[in-house]
Amino acid sequence: MRVTVIDYKAGNLTSVLKTLKHLGAEPVVTDGDWSLVESAERIVLPGVGHFAATERLDATGLTGAIRAAIARGVPFLGICVGMQWLYAGSTEAPQQPGLGHFPESCTRFAESTEKVPHVGWNSLEVREGSRLLAGVEPGEFVYFTHSYKGPVTADTAAVTQYIEPFAAAVERANVMGVQFHPEKSGATGLKILRNFLEMGR
Amino acid sequence: MLTKRIIACLDVHAGRVVKGVQFVDLIDAGDPATQAARHAREGADEIVLLDITATHEGRQTLLDTVRRTARELFVPFCVGGGIKSARDAEQVFEAGADKVSINSAALADPELISAIGSSFGAQAVVVAIDARRDPAAADPVHDAQVFVHGGRKPAGRRVVEWAREAEERGAGEILLTSMDADGTRAGFDCELTAAVSEAVGIPVIASGGAGTVAHFADVFSRGKAHAALAASIFHFGVSTSRSLKEELAAAGVPVRLPC
Repeated sequence: MRVTVIDYKAGNLTSVLKTLKHLGAEPVVTDGDWSLVESAERIVLPGVGHFAATERLDATGLTGAIRAAIARGVPFLGICVGMQWLYAGSTEAPQQPGLGHFPESCTRFAESTEKVPHVGWNSLEVREGSRLLAGVEPGEFVYFTHSYKGPVTADTAAVTQYIEPFAAAVERANVMGVQFHPEKSGATGLKILRNFLEMGR
Repeated sequence: MLTKRIIACLDVHAGRVVKGVQFVDLIDAGDPATQAARHAREGADEIVLLDITATHEGRQTLLDTVRRTARELFVPFCVGGGIKSARDAEQVFEAGADKVSINSAALADPELISAIGSSFGAQAVVVAIDARRDPAAADPVHDAQVFVHGGRKPAGRRVVEWAREAEERGAGEILLTSMDADGTRAGFDCELTAAVSEAVGIPVIASGGAGTVAHFADVFSRGKAHAALAASIFHFGVSTSRSLKEELAAAGVPVRLPC
């Protein structure tokens, strides 16, 4: 299984690549070569750091190539900022549009006495019908580290509670995103990535 | 619910895990990759690898160790010791670390915090602070003295103001070691930990003094810590992360179980 991993210079890719290899996939990395998106069997968009970094996807023309691949039905997984990019945008960088596959926008956690960023292991309430999260039992934990998040909507595949309920995962047909880091979430994370790799095979 | 993290710390010297200085000749604590994998299997929420010697010659050994340790590790992995520049940090990330911990280098050049954060994200930057209460200060806890170079040299900074500056400069977490409590196994310095945790908006990891399960429960409640670090408590077979977390859960502390 060849997995095209998109590099837009937002943080390091080592953990994601290592985990995909561990699961038997063959990751290939592109920071601008459309052909690797056009020929992709799976696309993973990782990302830590600032939403503004996604500007590079537009600058390199990868946004259009990804949009076309998604329309062809190629399974797509966004991780952390990569998930937030699937929405219309984020208040972290209001001038930078996201893909707009999901019409809402991401926002910062509300002011409270709790710490932001939300760092650590938190539990998932998985909604029925998620293919990505198949086999994840109620209350299984995954690792988060983020200050912005997507809203809970009909496309939400799992909800997590921190300060307020937010979308821990989003899923509509072949387009999926996780706010947490499956590559850092132990056996639960490996199960989720395996679901993504085996989907539709 | 967000759980309290139990972080297993491996002190590494010349590519081997070592224990408390007084025991180094007696017990070899083994290979870092093997030990990290064991801690993850036994329920640790995160692994910290500290290169306690961090000599220039040791840099390649450290990168090899990080690479080998990261290979089969699927929980967050933080590496510290001897990271003096954004380039050093980049090499450690490329070798497979998710976070770097910086201490003396951040005090010498506070801009290092934002330099690493802007390229790799705030979540990747842990600022480690070694502090000792200052009995001569008006507030011995808030004005605890910060030390550098493995606790050998005062940095001329006070713990709360330095923690706040680290946050402003873009640190994602603070790893706070109480030098008074370290090695005593008499409990964490909860007052010191709470003073720092209340002063900043980012999570604080408590370190130094772990000896019993009650010490962890105490630092999470009274100390307002988000995570706690332990080394010798595991090395000596006193406890695994899993058994520690089972006892904490019984005491009402939210922890990741089963794990």
